[in-house]
Amino acid sequence: MAHAYTPGLRVTQHAVIHKERRLPLKGEVVVERGQAVRRDQVVARTELPGEVATLNLVNRLGTSPQELAGYMLKKEGDRIEAGEPLAETRPFIRWFKTTIESPVSGTVESISPVTGQVILRQAPRPVEVLAYVDGVVEEIFAEEGVRVAARGAYIQGIFGVGGECWGALHLAVDTPDATAESLGPEVAGKIVVVGSLISAETVEQARQAGAVGLIGGGLRDRDLRDLLGRDLGVAITGTEQIGLTVVATEGFGRVAMARKTFDILQACAGMDASMAGATQIRAGVLRPEIIVPTAADQEEEEVRPSAEGLQMGDLLRVIRMPYFGRIGRVSDLPTELCAVESGARVRVLAVEFEDGEQAIVPRANVELIEE
Amino acid sequence: MPSAKAKSMDDLNVVIATDCGSTTTKAILIEKKDEGYRQTFRGEAPTTVEAPFEDVTRGVLNAIQEVEELSGRQILDGERIITPADGDVGVDIYISTSSAGGGLQMVVAGVVLAMTGESAQRCALGAGAIVMDALAANDGRLPHEKIERIRQLRPDMVLLSGGTDGGTVSHVVELAEFISAADPKPRFGAGFQLPVIFAGNEDAREEVEKALGGKMALTVTENIRPVLEEENLDPARHVIHDLFLEHVMAQAPGYRKLMDWTSAPIMPTPGAVGEIMQTIARQQEINVVGVDIGGATTDVFSVFDGVFNRTVSANLGMSYSVSNVLAEAGLDQIMRWVPFDIEEADLRDRIKNKMIRPTTIPQLMQELQVEQAIAREALRLAFDQHRALAVGLKGVQSKRTLADVFEQGATGESLVEMMALDMLVGSGGVLSHAPRREQSCAMLIDAFQPEGVTRLAVDSIFMMPHLGVLSTVDERAATEVFERDCLIYLGTCVAPVGEGKDGEVCLQYEIDLPGGGQTGQLQVDQLQWMPLADGEEVEVSLQPARRWDVGAGLGQALNARVRGGIVGLVLDGRGRPIQMASDQDRRRQISDWQQALNLYE
Repeated sequence: MAHAYTPGLRVTQHAVIHKERRLPLKGEVVVERGQAVRRDQVVARTELPGEVATLNLVNRLGTSPQELAGYMLKKEGDRIEAGEPLAETRPFIRWFKTTIESPVSGTVESISPVTGQVILRQAPRPVEVLAYVDGVVEEIFAEEGVRVAARGAYIQGIFGVGGECWGALHLAVDTPDATAESLGPEVAGKIVVVGSLISAETVEQARQAGAVGLIGGGLRDRDLRDLLGRDLGVAITGTEQIGLTVVATEGFGRVAMARKTFDILQACAGMDASMAGATQIRAGVLRPEIIVPTAADQEEEEVRPSAEGLQMGDLLRVIRMPYFGRIGRVSDLPTELCAVESGARVRVLAVEFEDGEQAIVPRANVELIEE
Repeated sequence: MPSAKAKSMDDLNVVIATDCGSTTTKAILIEKKDEGYRQTFRGEAPTTVEAPFEDVTRGVLNAIQEVEELSGRQILDGERIITPADGDVGVDIYISTSSAGGGLQMVVAGVVLAMTGESAQRCALGAGAIVMDALAANDGRLPHEKIERIRQLRPDMVLLSGGTDGGTVSHVVELAEFISAADPKPRFGAGFQLPVIFAGNEDAREEVEKALGGKMALTVTENIRPVLEEENLDPARHVIHDLFLEHVMAQAPGYRKLMDWTSAPIMPTPGAVGEIMQTIARQQEINVVGVDIGGATTDVFSVFDGVFNRTVSANLGMSYSVSNVLAEAGLDQIMRWVPFDIEEADLRDRIKNKMIRPTTIPQLMQELQVEQAIAREALRLAFDQHRALAVGLKGVQSKRTLADVFEQGATGESLVEMMALDMLVGSGGVLSHAPRREQSCAMLIDAFQPEGVTRLAVDSIFMMPHLGVLSTVDERAATEVFERDCLIYLGTCVAPVGEGKDGEVCLQYEIDLPGGGQTGQLQVDQLQWMPLADGEEVEVSLQPARRWDVGAGLGQALNARVRGGIVGLVLDGRGRPIQMASDQDRRRQISDWQQALNLYE
């Protein structure tokens, strides 16, 4: 099968990374093509429409929708302050006058002659998009954003929580299967590699010490629930306000980080990295990522979609029991269906693990590690 | 590519059809043989809407390539589908359904929640959409809450209805003003205007156009409720399908290319499955419940007395949404179906790993049992939601009399009457691909708990979506494949309804089996199985105990003809709802039930 495609995560030491930075609504791009940008630099900004307040004035003024315009002191598009008169009646006797004051500051968006509804729009909320990675603006999307090209190490995680962050990489372990024992003030402002398990204790220590991010092989669902304060039903993350960003590179549970992932992070220790926890498995998939911009003197590899499938000798990770988390190389790719212990007849492959052990696993249960 | 419509039926010899699901893309090959149209080969590959490919056609090509390898027929020339067929090369048409990218997500609005709001929901659901929210003038929310809600959601499309023709204008326009103030953005294609369909009071059209015209891509169509006693859903449904293709599909990664390849419009997967469900009910004159359990969502379809209903449980599924099944059902409800213990923390991690890597499959027997336990709960929850939403609904028939409307308000009873159900059809990976058909049979019985005499079937290789869309091109081809290759009849479940103590007799039976008549007793809490092959049909005499009902009333005898299947005949004495034993006995109980049906040994 030329296209025996198995999804894999991208883990590479030298890459050109292209990041699109778009506004949620049209706005203004404030950098130019070719310009070098820093991760915390604003590249585009816009204003989100303010919240609306609706007032049905017909009953309060004792009039009809068609006559409402005659009672309005403001017209569509006018600015109004909170407490300022918006509409009033004009009776013969002034004491009987009814005045409606605006409950909010903003502009009058619409006055409906059909429903009698007046919609006030509050002040817009400014939104800025930052560059997120150190790099160069390679393309401008007019009024929408930019694409920044960065050079360096690129690691996709499997699951994360929390938004974008950046800081120096700090390794709290020496090997990918170790687990960080305690984190102290040395991790303040840093992204910390904690080994095979991001435990609840580690997260708490990191938060207290002021770390901005944690990277580890796995985390336990139990700890994730405590971290979020709820059970995560559908994997859509990235907006959590939990004080730091957490990225698991392998999965749930205690899982040693892939050697390659760990080696790259180790090589980048002390360098500034950008990281995002946003994960969306359904509808336009997004995986968390770690980017470490480096000097551009290495031979780079484009981070572009790969169309190749599994080949003999490919490095892979098993992603389901009973070999969950283990890493090996493809040693055979039989084409015929094969029965596994559960009784299912499926396409399988043979894998030779790093310790020489051989196993047969369903093709659906492995993930290619890009080399 | 030649138009499918232009082809005469006799020209249609080879069809390749795909269903681009949220997890996998399934391709099937249909060929015209001497005996008629047959489904001959299938291929499957992960759906590639996501990064790194972000192009749905890659998964389609991979799935078709697998069909090529297995069939020996060359279908692709590079990345082009070869048409028309010439000998062993190419196909005559290519057709597809899709639910990738989360399917079609809609917000609906109507003036009165129970009237036009409900009609709008039925309209959208029947078209294959997920209804994210239903807004109405009387939904209990304040105006600013409605506006905030509309803004938060990023639907693919909005259906605005409300008012009978000549009825209220102001309430309809008010809803339009809320939508305008919220100014929601479409999920795909931030630079595009959100499609809004107005299918309400014709007198309000002008004002609705004023409120929405410049800001949204507004399409005006016929009122879905022109008068109180008439529902007219088809025109709005057609508009939904058209806009689904033009605005939604065209924005999703790779779909523009896919739309160029297909010979007929791409249908939303649930819409296509609904077509086939209705065909089964119509052709066989029976009441049917069907379920399609996918990775992200579970759809339930029912046709009772000709009335079609569909619901979709947006966050109940076996991969993307599997963690939500755990959250909604609770761990105890899932573990009650397995006869062993797993440490809770470990199980939770395993379920989360399935969520983040949705395409994996159980390699171990224990993993399979846990996955099928989760499926039982997902199916049960989805069916509960279907029954709840079908309460008081009169479905999507085009004419409803005023008397029906009053009856609906007066009774409010569910249309889903399990004792009147003739056939239960399961579909979706966990049911269609279970290693043993007995497992599919047990999952259906445990989750749906059919009453009386009910025939059970599964979609053999999940081809109902493909056949649904094929029926829009060539109904005969679709029907022939459906009858010959689609459904696998599992057999028949006989389940008396009542309550009793373990060991008491709840049913006496006499079955005229091919090898000789068999009489026996069914005890409370007991499952019995007997072989009855597919195609065989036998006479049964059923005598329930005094406080038990098998379809003819309490203690009343019933004679019926039951049909066999790949599993056979299952007699279920566990009562309704199924009575589960307490902790220690439960494991023995589950083991007994599993052994009775030979599920995992």
